[in-house]
Amino acid sequence: MFPHALRLTAATALASFIAFGAQAQEKVVNVFNWSDYIDSSILDDFTKETGIKVVYDVFDSNEILETKLLAGGSGYDVVVPTANFLSRQIQAGVFQKLDKSKLPNLVNTWDVINERTAKYDPGNEYATDYMWGTVGIGYNVDKVKAALGIDKIDSWDTVFNPDSMAKLKDCGVYFLDSPTDVIPTALKFLGLDPEDNSPDNLQKVEDMLLKVRPFVRKFHSSEYINALANGDICVAIGWSGDVFQARDRAEEAKAGVNIAYSVPKEGAEMWFDMLAIPADAPHVDEAHAFINYLLKPEVIAKASNAVFYANGNKASQQFVDKAILDDPAVYPDETTMKNLFTVGALDPKTQRNVTRMWTKVVTGQ
Amino acid sequence: MTDAAMSTTAVKAGGPVNAVLNRLVIIVPYLWLLFFFLVPFLIVFKISLSQTAIAMPPYTPSFDLSEGIGGLLSGLKELSFDNYVWLTQDPLYFNAYVSSVVIAAVSTLLTLLVGYPIAYGMARAPTTIRPTLLMLVILPFWTSFLIRVYAWIGILKPEGLLNQVLLATGIISEPLIILNTYTAIFIGIVYSYLPFMVLPLYSALEKMDYSLIEAAEDLGCPPIMAFWKITFPLSIPGVVAGCLLVFIPAVGEFVIPDLLGGSQTLMIGKTLWNEFFANRDWPVSSAVAVILLLILIVPIVFFQQAQAKAQEQGR
Repeated sequence: MFPHALRLTAATALASFIAFGAQAQEKVVNVFNWSDYIDSSILDDFTKETGIKVVYDVFDSNEILETKLLAGGSGYDVVVPTANFLSRQIQAGVFQKLDKSKLPNLVNTWDVINERTAKYDPGNEYATDYMWGTVGIGYNVDKVKAALGIDKIDSWDTVFNPDSMAKLKDCGVYFLDSPTDVIPTALKFLGLDPEDNSPDNLQKVEDMLLKVRPFVRKFHSSEYINALANGDICVAIGWSGDVFQARDRAEEAKAGVNIAYSVPKEGAEMWFDMLAIPADAPHVDEAHAFINYLLKPEVIAKASNAVFYANGNKASQQFVDKAILDDPAVYPDETTMKNLFTVGALDPKTQRNVTRMWTKVVTGQ
Repeated sequence: MTDAAMSTTAVKAGGPVNAVLNRLVIIVPYLWLLFFFLVPFLIVFKISLSQTAIAMPPYTPSFDLSEGIGGLLSGLKELSFDNYVWLTQDPLYFNAYVSSVVIAAVSTLLTLLVGYPIAYGMARAPTTIRPTLLMLVILPFWTSFLIRVYAWIGILKPEGLLNQVLLATGIISEPLIILNTYTAIFIGIVYSYLPFMVLPLYSALEKMDYSLIEAAEDLGCPPIMAFWKITFPLSIPGVVAGCLLVFIPAVGEFVIPDLLGGSQTLMIGKTLWNEFFANRDWPVSSAVAVILLLILIVPIVFFQQAQAKAQEQGR
């Protein structure tokens, strides 16, 4: 979570960039995206094609993005919030509607994804999908086999059952430090409605998590990529693409670390990162041009090939590497797809209960 | 006549023009305090009296200067101390404050124990090499604080440098689990804040007249006794300054516990982060910050007084 400190400097740097850009009358688009989430050649190609300079800045948590957006005057033209955050931000008046006449490439989008994102943004008026993925289990195949005697993980039972967690403790387990991802998953595992955060349900999740908590080495939302890749830990609840990046880094390092990703049979949460334009964006036309460029099939396919996440662009699938397209962990088959669920935004009171419960689980207080 | 009275007389003696100039010079730091401390504090304090809302910014009322005085007054009526009451209802906040103060206090003590011998050694070193030693203390600042803390992960982790060395030399047979524990936090804080302890200690010890020690030894005082009776008391202003310079930032420390500490570490910095970012509750997080400031003001006032005393003694 360290980049929060960095972010301040980044913001200052960006602010000076914006000021400079305005003076020079140069065409600019200020993009704020997740870290490690694009093939950087896409940005160069965009500048070559349109003459618009891309000022690209990154974040590593929705909370950071949201705080900047809510404070207003962020100076960003294109931002990439996750859909459940997006829906609340739309309510707060953070975004402007997309001008679809400037986005002819919207025809390439995938109806399967659009139907699901409409839950957060009815009619998909404010945003369009960039990438999507699942919350699952990333693991070190050999270490898990040694500890549990199983070839592959296929159930949430592995991380929510104290017996198996006790066996995994020594080789190391990380959980996402993200209540909005772990709690719905835990509810689903318990056979409850993943969107029902009633006090009763939260209590059940809390009881279950407190039993496995002693065996969790750390709750953290980004360290697990390196930790998995280096072989420091053997299991992590994590986001699909992050685990694939860990797998890739481990392969490059050739240290014999073999990482796999599982979408457990009980079902997994599906999330969507959405391209949106803040209401006070200084360069609206350039923002539309940038989004439209990302909606080009061959462009977004290049991004998917680099970051191992599925995108919401149906037409791009012919350009996506076969290994990625055929990997059910990235592009799930139909049966798995049926098991994936989405969760909506929480109201402030529920959010407070959820955060409080999460603090109790994480710190034991 | 006291020192203060004497300096006032000196000003009067300098004539009315000088007096006005002197006042003006004093105004600069006050303006600085006004704009960079008092105004931001008042803004935070005002937010702490507001309520959350799904809006930009995410609280209400937010004063809009265009609405004029009327808007301002109707907004004032909506302010309340509810958020402070809320802080007393959940033991989380109290525990977080206490654990932050305890962690900061223990780290300060450890930093003092490590820093004192270093400062003492520097102060007693030959004058020619003192600038080099001083440089060595400051040198780590040339590398980013974040990167230095990150480096400790590589040293302390189970397969890290420290464990490899200890295992290879046969001192231990099982890797020590240090990373993600309180020990790692203490190591991180002591390491990061050591220069803030060493520098004031060094400046206090360097000024000391070592002929006093010789005199004590001539009179038959054993060296250890001489240290406790002469050196240490004379270095107390440095000890106080160093301890406060370490303690105050350590209470609100966020990066070190996050990177080196385990998930169980409850500190006020993290609690504040949760309120602000996870709950989007700017009013409650502002209230947490205001209380933190009040907790820290006590040692700061103490520090100010100690400084003033030291200056008077120095005159």
